Amino acid sequence: MAEPRPVLEMTGIVKEFAGIRALSDVDFRLFPGEIHALLGENGAGKSTLIKVLTGVHPLDGGTVVLDGRPVRITSPLQAQQAGIRTVYQEVNLCQNLSVAENILIGREPVRAGRIRWKELRRQAAQLVTRFGLDLDVSAPVGSYPLAVQQLVAIIRAVGSGVAGDGGAGSGTRVLILDEPTSSLDRDEVEELFALMRRLREEGVAIVFVSHFLDQIYEVCDRMTVLRNGALVGEHLVADLGRVNLVKLMIGKDLDELEELSEHHGQSQAGETVVKAEGLSRAGAIAPFDLEVRTGEVLGLAGLLGSGRTELARLLFGADTSDSGRVYFEGQQAALREPNDAIGRGVAFLSENRRTEGLVPDLTVRENIILALQAARGWTRPVPASQRDELVAKYIAALDIRPADPEAKTGSLSGGNQQKVLLARWLLTRPKLLILDEPTRGIDVGAKAEIQKLVVSLSEEGVAVVYISAELEEVLRLSHTMGVLRDRRLVARMANGPDVTAGRVLEIIASGEHQ
Amino acid sequence: MSLTSLWRAATQHRLFWPVTALVALLVINVPFTPGFFEIHLKNGHLYGSLVSIVLFGSPLILVAIGMTLVIATGGIDLSVGAVVAISGALACLVVSKQGNEDAVGGVLLAFALALAAALVCGVWNGLLVARLGIQPIIATLILMVAGRGIAQLITSGQIITVNSGAYSLIGGGYWLALPFSLFVVALVVVLSMALTRRTALGLLVEAVGGNAEASRLVGIRSRRIKIMAYVFCGLCAGIAGLMISSNVSAADGNNAGLWIELDAILAVVIGGTSLTGGRFHLGGTIIGALIIQTLTTTIYTIGVPTQTNLVFKAVVVIVVCLMQSPAFRAKVFGARAQRRGPARKTPGVPADAPQQMEVSP
Ligand SMILES: Nc1ncnc2c1ncn2[C@@H]1O[C@H](COP(=O)(O)OP(=O)(O)OP(=O)(O)O)[C@@H](O)[C@H]1O
Ligand SMILES: [Mg+2]
Repeated sequence: MAEPRPVLEMTGIVKEFAGIRALSDVDFRLFPGEIHALLGENGAGKSTLIKVLTGVHPLDGGTVVLDGRPVRITSPLQAQQAGIRTVYQEVNLCQNLSVAENILIGREPVRAGRIRWKELRRQAAQLVTRFGLDLDVSAPVGSYPLAVQQLVAIIRAVGSGVAGDGGAGSGTRVLILDEPTSSLDRDEVEELFALMRRLREEGVAIVFVSHFLDQIYEVCDRMTVLRNGALVGEHLVADLGRVNLVKLMIGKDLDELEELSEHHGQSQAGETVVKAEGLSRAGAIAPFDLEVRTGEVLGLAGLLGSGRTELARLLFGADTSDSGRVYFEGQQAALREPNDAIGRGVAFLSENRRTEGLVPDLTVRENIILALQAARGWTRPVPASQRDELVAKYIAALDIRPADPEAKTGSLSGGNQQKVLLARWLLTRPKLLILDEPTRGIDVGAKAEIQKLVVSLSEEGVAVVYISAELEEVLRLSHTMGVLRDRRLVARMANGPDVTAGRVLEIIASGEHQ
Repeated sequence: MSLTSLWRAATQHRLFWPVTALVALLVINVPFTPGFFEIHLKNGHLYGSLVSIVLFGSPLILVAIGMTLVIATGGIDLSVGAVVAISGALACLVVSKQGNEDAVGGVLLAFALALAAALVCGVWNGLLVARLGIQPIIATLILMVAGRGIAQLITSGQIITVNSGAYSLIGGGYWLALPFSLFVVALVVVLSMALTRRTALGLLVEAVGGNAEASRLVGIRSRRIKIMAYVFCGLCAGIAGLMISSNVSAADGNNAGLWIELDAILAVVIGGTSLTGGRFHLGGTIIGALIIQTLTTTIYTIGVPTQTNLVFKAVVVIVVCLMQSPAFRAKVFGARAQRRGPARKTPGVPADAPQQMEVSP
């Protein structure tokens, strides 16, 4: 492939936050009609590079050349006008606006100065359908699960580029996707990849960030690797194998196969920690029975919108149930508030760290200590020495970077924020740990660490409910599998060599088991 | 550390701009009021402009402290002015009904009843906001409007005057040569700091204000926390009401504490607490309240025409708020900062060199 002129060239990029370098002298170039992976560990500077390019953060040094002309992009709006479309890592939609409004915000169809609402909904519905989604576009975005929101953000960014109606999308030169697949199931990922390939054909340059190496090798042409805010190298995907890639990213060898071998074995059939009977919530999940014992990892599999998260929320009291009963250690419990479940030793790591997890203005220490402190009540602050010790211990255990308990949590990289939330719940020493997409946005090395952590917790007797869009991950970790389909728990089975991804997918597709 | 880096560190301190504004305002007074900074002892009491600012600013400081906690939870309390009026009216009514208005017992009873009323007001606001889920601005608007009526009812539409030495102590009296209200303010400040920072209340309030849904999912009883904030705010307003009525030995249901909610909100914002909730700064609030009070004093001393004094106040407040905004400072002083910026990053000079120097002991 003869190398044409790059559509984008960033040279010597420097970005500092309060004297700390997030990017030092980074070069990055992007050719038209390529899918370019931006890779690196959590906190390597991927999102920061994207944000200085799109004018979210001002640049502290370096130059940006777009289409052969030096540019100074100082706001996201300006970036958009220059033909750069971006889906940021943290979904930032207007939660209370409808899906249609979110998708077409800023380019609503107007006539005589008034928005044509019907046309707006029609256009939005068309875009959504092309993406293989079945949504009510007039419903508020906030009423949909995170994965759907992520798709809506993607559809908004590529907009009419998909529709092919010669609209604003035809001006798209660069499309940036910062971890767009972190909460998508494989079907949506395939859909997204098809779209990306189509855009590549049209000559759009695509930046793709992901911690899933499979996805990188499946769809990308070229990659740039960052480490600790510095450029490590730019390679053609075809030229660099996985092992070497991982080595570049983390700066040392990681035997990728060191990842857990299938773990299911036997859980030492302990006592029942939680038991649900006919628990349900209208519109969220049909009545289900469920039991988790000490030391057992229950994996929940199912497609987007199958009710995995909804089931977990009922067990935690995040939503109230319409019918059915829950028992914790044999005692019936009325779960009106999360507080009622927390008091019984339940912890719930939400999939949506931005709206349901972090308090971004508080420090890492404060965020980590929050669940423990809430359980103790306001009159009994965790003693400072004990608090600092616990926080330091978990920062080290989960390798949170920067390892500064005073850092503002909102300024951490996505993966590190995720670790902060995990630390928050581990600190409470729960009896039942519900993990909804715990490895969302976590890098390759840390993912294996977290999976190991789950195994060791279960060996210590903690009951775990594990939800992940990554079927392999669920299969690797769980003793028992629950399969959901259309908001119904359709199958429950012991995990074993005969339970394979293929078989689970079959159940998901047919809805038949039992 | 070089002088410039010291300067930079100082200007980046949260309280730098509020304190600068306060000092500037004080200095402006000097040409107009000779001896503005003088404090002298007369009849065993300290007198001087600075003392008056603190004395007259005491109610505002109290109300602003309560307001800070409410704002930190993501709310707002518009009813504090009405609570000031109710508390003053009730206290004066009780005192005026005593056979001997100077009797300490009667005055204490008046205090107790007035504060109980303020507490009820706080609970009312808290329940509307936390239990019924009404928007704070609407929920407290109810009492803001209705409270004045209640105060009028208590005073039967009259201005109740009292003539009680014991009662006038809290808002106008002196103790150990200092205005007694100063001690009350100091006590409330120390108590609120201890209440928020010695316990976990401050953290939980900031969590609730910073992300309400996340706080619920982490098990914080946010309703309870919010109710507590409104109750505390009500109590602060109640004490302020006692001070204001005691200072003039009269209760005026119509005018006592009029617009104090706006001054208090301003004080909170100038002090660096965001109106969207989350992080709060009691120290900043106190400086903010002093700025507002000094501003009011300055308007009189430099003789701003009465018709324009609100405009003058608005301008000063806008300037202080703008100076605090990093984005604004970058725009105005940005040209200089940018010229300095790249200089540090010339290839020859590794940019991390100064950092290393600071790290090494
Ligand atoms: N607003 C900010 N203030 C201070 N530091 C920041 C800010 N934004 C990012 N950083 C720091 O910059 C570094 C790079 O962060 P960045 O978000 O770019 O990482 P990332 O490569 O996207 O990681 P992840 O895979 O976890 O998303 C981190 O150390 C982070 O703490
Ligand atoms: Mg990132």
